[in-house]
Amino acid sequence: MRELSYREAIRDGLAEEMERDSSVVLLGEDIEPGGVFNVTPGLVDRFGPNRVIDTPISELAFTSAAFGAALKGLRPVVEIMFGDFLGLVVDTLVNQASKYWYLSNEQASVPLVVRSTIGAGARFGACHSQTPTGWFLGEPGLKLVAPATPADAKALIKAAIRDENPVLFFEHKLLYGRKGEVPENGAPVPIGSAAVRRRGTDVTICAALAAVETALEAAEELAGDGLDADVVDLRSLHPLDADTIAESAARTGRLVVVEEGPPSGGYAAEVVAAAVERVGPLAARRVTMPDLPIPFSAPLEDWALPDAGAVARAARELARA
Amino acid sequence: MSERGAAPTQTPSSTRSKPADLESLYAAMLRIRMFEDAVHLLFLRNEIEGTTHLCQGQEAVNVGVSNALEPGDTVTATYRGHGACLAMGADPERLFAELLGRETGLNGGRGGSMNVVDLERGVLGCFGIVGGSIGAGTGAALAAQLRGDGTAAVAFFGDGAVNQAYFHECLNFAGVRRLPILYACENNLYGEWTPMGKVTAGGRILPRAEAYAIHAVQVDGNDVLAVREAAAEALARARAGDGPTLVEFLTYRHKGHSRVDPGKYRPKEEVEAWLQRDPLPRLAERLEPEAVKRIGDRVEREIETALDAARAAAFPDPNQPASATKEPR
Repeated sequence: MRELSYREAIRDGLAEEMERDSSVVLLGEDIEPGGVFNVTPGLVDRFGPNRVIDTPISELAFTSAAFGAALKGLRPVVEIMFGDFLGLVVDTLVNQASKYWYLSNEQASVPLVVRSTIGAGARFGACHSQTPTGWFLGEPGLKLVAPATPADAKALIKAAIRDENPVLFFEHKLLYGRKGEVPENGAPVPIGSAAVRRRGTDVTICAALAAVETALEAAEELAGDGLDADVVDLRSLHPLDADTIAESAARTGRLVVVEEGPPSGGYAAEVVAAAVERVGPLAARRVTMPDLPIPFSAPLEDWALPDAGAVARAARELARA
Repeated sequence: MSERGAAPTQTPSSTRSKPADLESLYAAMLRIRMFEDAVHLLFLRNEIEGTTHLCQGQEAVNVGVSNALEPGDTVTATYRGHGACLAMGADPERLFAELLGRETGLNGGRGGSMNVVDLERGVLGCFGIVGGSIGAGTGAALAAQLRGDGTAAVAFFGDGAVNQAYFHECLNFAGVRRLPILYACENNLYGEWTPMGKVTAGGRILPRAEAYAIHAVQVDGNDVLAVREAAAEALARARAGDGPTLVEFLTYRHKGHSRVDPGKYRPKEEVEAWLQRDPLPRLAERLEPEAVKRIGDRVEREIETALDAARAAAFPDPNQPASATKEPR
C-alpha cells in the first residue's frame, strides 16, 4: 500500500471520483494552480477547465451556484479556502441546500460537497483558525465530516461526493502533511461511522480531526499511570455514530470529549448527551478551547489549544472521582 | 400550443419565430389573477395560515417570460412566487393544496407559500430569502454551460434584491463566465414597505448590470407581449453563448407586501395610475369580447374546481416517517 499525505489523499479521492463520474466538478478560489493548501494541483490538467473551475473571491456566488448546479444534475465540490469564511455562505447551505430534500417533498436532493480548511495552531489568527463546526451542527439535512487520517480523508471525500445530500467536509490544516497508508480505489467510509483507534477499558476519549492525535498522546500518558483509554475517532460530527460512542462509554463508564472549539455549542456536548441518553449516568468531561476568540501570539494560541496534558488530567479526575 | 408558459409540448424552435397566442397568454394571466384573489380571501378567512405574498398586477412578467422558454429551461422565483409557478404550468389544485397545508400540495404541505418547488415544470424553487433565487438560478445556468445542454435559466427577483450580496456576487460571476441566464427583475417599486428610490443608491437598476458587463434593458412589465419579446431576445443571447441579460420589468403590486400590509404607504394617485395599466385589460382589449368572456368563464370554473378539490384533501400525517436526507433504500 502507498504512503500518502492527508492532502494527497484528498486529491487522490477527488481524482478517483472525477474519473468515475463526469458530473463531479470542482469550484473554488485558486484551485487551478492548487489552492492555498495545495490540495488540487494538476487536476485541471487532467480534467480540464470545465471540471476544475477557478472562481472570483465571491463565496456566496460560487456556493449558491454550486447548489443550483446540483439541482440540475451536477455533483459540485466547492472549496471554501478557510472554514472561517463559511459564514459567507450560511444562507445557501442552511436555508437552501440542507432543506431542499424535505421541503420539496423529496422531489430532489442536493449532492453538494463543501470542503473547507479549519483548525488552529498555525498562527493565522482568530479569523483563519476556527473550527466552525458548531455553526452547522444542528442543521437537519446537512452532514458534517471530519477526517483525522490520510486513509479516512480519502475514503470520506469519496463518500461525501457519492452522498446524495449536502456534506460539509472539514480538513485540518495541521494534518495536511501527515502521512499514512492509503489504498488505491478503496471503498468509501460510510458517513456516520466512528473508528476506535485504541482499545482500552478505563476511560473513553472521543475526538475528531487533529484532536485525535491529542487524544492518542493523552492515552499513552495515561497508560503510564495504569489507566487504559479507549480512543474513538468520531470521523462524522453529524450524524454522530452514537452506537460506537455508547458502546465504548458503557464499557469504560468514563467519557472525555476533546474538541478544538469553544466550550459551548459544540460536538463535545452532543457526544456526552448521546452517550448519557443511551448508557445512563456517566462521569464525563469536555476538554475544549477557552470561551475566547483564538489568539495570534504563539504562547497564547498554544495555551488556548486543548493539549494531551489537559486531556489526561480530565481522565485522571474522572478516575479519582 | 398549450397556454402554459413553458409548455412541454412546445417544439424547440426559436420562440421569436413563434407567433404569440394571445388567448393563451390572457388565460395564463387570468389564472394567476383569480388564483391570487382566491388566496387573498382564504387568508382573510384564516383558512390559509401564516403569511403570503400576492402578485396581482405583476402577472404579465411571469407569463411573458415563461412563454418564451423552451423545454429543459428552468426558473427560480421569490417568496412572491405563485405567479411564476402557475405561469410555468403548476397545477392550481396542487398549489392551493400546498398553501392550505394539505398532503396533496406540490410539496406535500412541507413547504408552504414561500418554498414551492415543482421540478416537473422546471421550477427549481421559490426562495424565502431575498436574493436566493439569483444564486440558484445562476447555478442552473452554470450547469447548463458546463454540460453544454443548450438550456437557459431564468432567475426572477424583486427590486429589493438588487442590494443583496446574491445580486452583486452572482452577476459578477455570471458576467465573468458568460452564463446563459436571464435575470428577470420584477421592479414593483417597493421593497416590502419601502419605496425603491429611498434604499437604492443612484435610484436605478440597469447601470448595475453594466458594471458587470451584462447586457441590460428596461421593459414595460405590464405589457405581456413586450415581456415575451424581451425574454425571447435574452434567452436567444444566452443560448448563443452571448452571456447573461438583466431585464428590468417595470410593474406594480396591486396588494400590499404581505398579509399584515394593506399597502397604505403608497400614494392613492400612484395606485390609481398603475391600476389603469393593469396587464389583464390591456391584453383583453386585443381579444374578441367573446373570447374574453369564454376564457373568463373557463378559468373561473377551473379555479373553483381546483380550490374545492384542494380543500377536500387531507392534511399530512405527522406519523409518516420522514428524513431530512436522501438515503439509499
